[in-house]
Amino acid sequence: MRQLCKGNVAVVKGALLAGCRAYYGYPITPASEIAEAAAELLPQAGGTFLQAESEVAAINMVYGAAAAGLRVLTASSGPGISLMQEGLSYLAGAELPCVIVDVGRGGPGLGNIAPEQGDYFALVKGGGHGNYRNLVLAPASVQEMADLTMLAFDLADRYRNPAVVLTDGYIGQMMEPLELRAHDVPQPEKPWAVCGTPETRQNLITSIYMEPDVLEAHVRKLEAKYRQAAQAEARYELYCADEPEVLLVGYGIVSRVLRSAVDLARAQGVRAGLFRPITLWPFPSQALARAARRCQSVFVVEMSTGQMVEDVRLALDGRVDVEFFGRVGGNVPLAEEVCQELLVRMGMTVDWGV
Amino acid sequence: MSDYRVIEAKSSVFFDRYERKPELQQQTHYCPGCGHGVVHKLIAEAIEDLGLQDRTILVSPVGCSVFAYYYFNTGNVQAAHGRTPAVATALKRSHPESIVIGYQGDGDLAAIGMSEIVHAANRGEKFTIFFVNNAIYGMTGGQMAPTTLVGQMSTTTPWGRRPSNEGFPLHMAELLATLEAPVYIERVALCDNKNIMRTRKAVRKALELQRDAAGFSFVEILSPCPTIWKMTPAEARNWVAEKMLPVFPLGVLRDRKLPPSGNAVPPQHSVAELLELAAPGEAPSTLQPPRAPLPGLAVNIAGFGGQGILLLGQVLAEMGLRAGQEVSWLPSYGPEMRSGSAHCHVCLANERVGSPLVEHPQVLVAMNEPSLRKFAAQVAADGLVLYNRDALPAGFSVPQARVYCVPASEIADRLGAAKTANMVMLGALLELTHALPAETALAVLQTKVRNPALLEINRHALDAGAERIRKAVPPAILTTA
Ligand SMILES: Cc1ncc(C[n+]2csc(CCOP(=O)(O)OP(=O)(O)O)c2C)c(N)n1
Ligand code: SF4
Repeated sequence: MRQLCKGNVAVVKGALLAGCRAYYGYPITPASEIAEAAAELLPQAGGTFLQAESEVAAINMVYGAAAAGLRVLTASSGPGISLMQEGLSYLAGAELPCVIVDVGRGGPGLGNIAPEQGDYFALVKGGGHGNYRNLVLAPASVQEMADLTMLAFDLADRYRNPAVVLTDGYIGQMMEPLELRAHDVPQPEKPWAVCGTPETRQNLITSIYMEPDVLEAHVRKLEAKYRQAAQAEARYELYCADEPEVLLVGYGIVSRVLRSAVDLARAQGVRAGLFRPITLWPFPSQALARAARRCQSVFVVEMSTGQMVEDVRLALDGRVDVEFFGRVGGNVPLAEEVCQELLVRMGMTVDWGV
Repeated sequence: MSDYRVIEAKSSVFFDRYERKPELQQQTHYCPGCGHGVVHKLIAEAIEDLGLQDRTILVSPVGCSVFAYYYFNTGNVQAAHGRTPAVATALKRSHPESIVIGYQGDGDLAAIGMSEIVHAANRGEKFTIFFVNNAIYGMTGGQMAPTTLVGQMSTTTPWGRRPSNEGFPLHMAELLATLEAPVYIERVALCDNKNIMRTRKAVRKALELQRDAAGFSFVEILSPCPTIWKMTPAEARNWVAEKMLPVFPLGVLRDRKLPPSGNAVPPQHSVAELLELAAPGEAPSTLQPPRAPLPGLAVNIAGFGGQGILLLGQVLAEMGLRAGQEVSWLPSYGPEMRSGSAHCHVCLANERVGSPLVEHPQVLVAMNEPSLRKFAAQVAADGLVLYNRDALPAGFSVPQARVYCVPASEIADRLGAAKTANMVMLGALLELTHALPAETALAVLQTKVRNPALLEINRHALDAGAERIRKAVPPAILTTA
């Protein structure tokens, strides 16, 4: 049944459908409804919910549950994600699958609780120590909060690696229709898990490799895995992207604003299109390069001072002019504002016809 | 001497050959006379004697014992520095039948991991922690530990630990014994064979308690580190006896059963029930809901917290959903709510909603004057403003829109439920826009308002709002110039 649901709650519903029965987390606005929904739903499905004493404890509980072979979820926002970074590095190093949701808020420091996209570097580029990657998905609707959480569990298991759902306060707090269908995809076997059974007695979960050659081999193995994911898992969405003169690029809530901005720009006679990365890592570089091939310029909009734009520039490799527009501090750009900025940069005057 | 043989014999819980170790696979990596080796043996023997090997999961820390998994032929998980109790918490909760052993040094447990150990103990997690207190950081080469003795030299206390600078040694067993939940806490020492035998008993007892699902058990073991202390193994044992024992008295600090808990038990449901999924085989009812020929609508609703602003928006969004529309509801959240103001944006559309931020609402519902002043200028040309008063503030106008003054709070007061002012406004909005049938509003409210009397008042409120519009003075007159 189609139901009106809050983005944060949809995460937990998706997780339940994906077979997740363990949640360990610490409250923080604007992510707390995820913990609250997990506290209500998981124990009723025979699962575990535990409010940890900190995000540091939470991510290490996630490490324990993942080592035990469970599908496990945690969620937080900016400051809490910073505290989880050591744990994320351990999880990747020990090849443990899990799903972490970051409902982004304004930073740095305590910043504020309004939506921002300032955690891109911290989650897409790393943030923790060492050579590892997170798989990062960026939902743009309540439906995708559930769908991409489910996908995140599948990807995490497929690559034995943490998967992150990177979203923001608006997508987390807003309500939209949500359609859930029973999800019968069998969960993969985890013969490597440590379960306190005779069959798993020989198993060892660790990320320490003291010999340089052994650690190098381990890191190379991770690298090969990431290369494979980069080939196979890039996802994106296009809107009005049939031979556009200017291609707007944005993810999450910004992509929703850009969709409206594209409509406004088209009404002004500009052939605008939208490219929305759904996976931030792997970044859909090839698809972007293809979509931008005949564009005069690419216009990147973020709620940051310019983070994803670096990946856009790398993908386009100087072949197309890349313009950037960012709002921060919890300000969400408006479609009109974006359109106006776009037209100004294209050297056009604006006629709103009012 | 029989005691001696027990310590030297190799338990079958250890691997025959330490193949996980890069070199010298016949011997451990511990220094001669190190307490870790002794504790390992005592744990391995207890696991063997109690027949727990297949069920055991050993969580090793960061410290000299990081490589405990070289030796223990059990399930093994290596944890981040200090986080063993957090990792063990989830392992044990994931597999309640397993025997989870956390092994920690004093830096790991009492410095960086203080929070995790206290909270795990306080929750009464049903696992066992063996805490090896050697009053120093071994692995990193001899820095001060939280348990370093007053006056004790370390590489980071070159004049000895000075309470004025570093405070006093932490007494973890005593500290944890202030908590309700732990069932067993004992401090023992590896200073001589007699005490090693006591340690052996304590280790065994802790694991028996875990086997019997009794609760959290904790054994602190005062342990020699001859290498960092720069002593012979014999001198180091003596140092434990002479220097550590006076500071860390031995003994049982807790040994009791947990009182029966009055825990509420959550009801159990299938996921399909919990998520209200269609039964298997049943066609998904509203995959493609029929598109109603309804106009789209973009609404801003604003006022004080407590005026039902967010609920009004939700009812509207849910009505759109039932009519087969695409909808979005975007609230203000957090401190803004606490500061007393609230607003939300609602989009009803017949195609996918782009930006859920309503930049130019077709309808503004202003439940108080500050909201009116703040948002009126954004209203679309030919839009509507519904204002919760008899008249606009003197000298205020909204030139681009039609304004309807609906004193919803007053009307709701008269109906006997001030909280239904939002529904008065909804009634007015529906009557003005014909965006959605009013019956849908009632149907939605039925799912939200369980009390029949209150539901009835809500119905009256909707009617009263609509009635007010039907009788309204033409709006042009109300928009005072
Ligand atoms: C986050 C982090 N900080 C610091 C370290 C470095 N470190 C490794 S072991 C250790 C102290 C170990 O001392 P203790 O817990 O007393 O164990 P011992 O080696 O004495 O058995 C430190 C500080 C680390 N590995 N991780
Ligand atoms: S440094 Fe100390 S604690 Fe570490 S192995 Fe040597 S004696 Fe044991």
